Amino acid sequence: MLSANLSAIFYLISGVLFILALRGLSSPETSRQGNFFGILGMVIAITVTFLSIGNFSSGFIYVLIFLLIGGLIGAYIAYKIPMTAMPELVAGFHSLVGLAAVFVAISAFLNPEAFNLGSPGNIKLGSLIEMSIGAAVGAVTFSGSIIAFLKLQGIMSGSPITFKGQHPLNALILISIVVVTYLLCATQSANLFWILLAISFLIGFLLIIPIGGADMPVVISMLNSYSGWAAAGIGFTLENTALIITGALVGSSGAILSYIMCKGMNRSFFNVILGGFGATDQTSSTGNKEQKPVKNGNAEDAAFLMKNASSVIIVPGYGMAVAQAQHALREMVDTLKKNDIKVSYAIHPVAGRMPGHMNVLLAEANVPYDEVFELEEINNDFANTDVAFVIGANDVTNPAAKTDPQSPIYGMPVLDVEKCKSVLFVKRSLSPGYAGIDNDLFYKENTLMLFADAKKMTEDITKNL
Amino acid sequence: MEIDPFIFRLSIFILSIFIGYYVVWSVTPSLHTPLMSVTNAISSVIIVGAIIAGSAGNSDNIFNNSSIFGFLAISLAAINIFGGFLVTQRMLAMYKKKKKDK
Repeated sequence: MLSANLSAIFYLISGVLFILALRGLSSPETSRQGNFFGILGMVIAITVTFLSIGNFSSGFIYVLIFLLIGGLIGAYIAYKIPMTAMPELVAGFHSLVGLAAVFVAISAFLNPEAFNLGSPGNIKLGSLIEMSIGAAVGAVTFSGSIIAFLKLQGIMSGSPITFKGQHPLNALILISIVVVTYLLCATQSANLFWILLAISFLIGFLLIIPIGGADMPVVISMLNSYSGWAAAGIGFTLENTALIITGALVGSSGAILSYIMCKGMNRSFFNVILGGFGATDQTSSTGNKEQKPVKNGNAEDAAFLMKNASSVIIVPGYGMAVAQAQHALREMVDTLKKNDIKVSYAIHPVAGRMPGHMNVLLAEANVPYDEVFELEEINNDFANTDVAFVIGANDVTNPAAKTDPQSPIYGMPVLDVEKCKSVLFVKRSLSPGYAGIDNDLFYKENTLMLFADAKKMTEDITKNL
Repeated sequence: MEIDPFIFRLSIFILSIFIGYYVVWSVTPSLHTPLMSVTNAISSVIIVGAIIAGSAGNSDNIFNNSSIFGFLAISLAAINIFGGFLVTQRMLAMYKKKKKDK
């Protein structure tokens, strides 16, 4: 059996390895090594836990069995999941962290002796507070992630669900969580503990339903952050350094990603959380858009334009992910490169449904990461580029964000595709994007609309090159 | 007067938030998706609590109320640990540099 001090030192080591795991992600070259550090940290933490228990009761075999079952399921999912489904996967994983935090809190509440926290009905006050926070945040993470998962899978409508009195109701529930936690600590009543869990599940659900599909990058990042705070809460209860360090890392990581995503949309965090974006403007903009003429092209026209260009910038968006067009796109780019045309990719921070979504898809299609650029890196290049090829993106190219103070997306950083000599838009229809607003770019003289499925259109263009 | 050990844990927590802040800002935006999947995997270190809870049942009663939740939490966290690290590995293996053969 390992002494408490020695195990604490090992937990510290695994905490440090987790820091190095995140540090590795600062560049693709060091990232794989970083992931290895993460795995090593996890192995150390689990081994030390086994050794510190020492007294291997017959329950031990079941610990291994459940570990194995979970591990097999996890490994199976990791190998089978298509890259386009990454947002759903991450949302699903967040829900599991949340639920695991809730379960650990429940078992600590039912059997505090196992964790040295006192006895049932007489749990140390500090531990009870930490446990309640961990359990409540875990429950919010769980139900919120489930809703995010359902929305991303398309099982639940991606449009915001709002009703009258939503905000007062949420505020009331949040206040009651605080009150119930206080009463729970005062009375140690098991019933109050269950009530706390129930209302926490409820608020997680209510917080996410009013948030629309396009805001999912913020929601996923936010839930990422919550899962970290839940882990930290449990870490305080268990007095475990590895868990406290990790919780803090993950919590701040998710918070930073939420901030970057909000900035990418020029919206405040509260604006996103309060929800209902896009539900207001839809009717006014759909009225007049049919009258304006658009230039409608086919694959031959597009191929002709690109063949005569010397530089092309590709702007991918969520539509590319939906159509699974990333491989077809890479083939098109290979053909262009053979004709000595310079090609680069421009990625908007909120393109897709989660941070970095487009980068992963392009990497999957073997696009070298040094041809892929972020908004600030490439935005000045549009002015001296011949063709912008916008595939499945819309709002992130809308010039209204720069020119029209009335527009709901005014102030959002956008890619300056209109500065290119010509713009090709692959889209299934003229329908507005998720922000529910019309894009003036569709009606510009130098814009050619290609109405088709992104994958099919890209393949057709390649044939015509 | 002695300092409550809670204060030490709180210090670790606060300092880790700062470390997280600086480390995550240095993560390149193209790796934000692997960042999310790897944070998912490491936050499942919560499994240490689940293992303690699962092992706490005595031999006459391995599956008591408390240990059942422990066992379930072990499985959930294990899905995340294996799934999270492996999917991150899979993604990172795809990030390649331009071939410099020309």
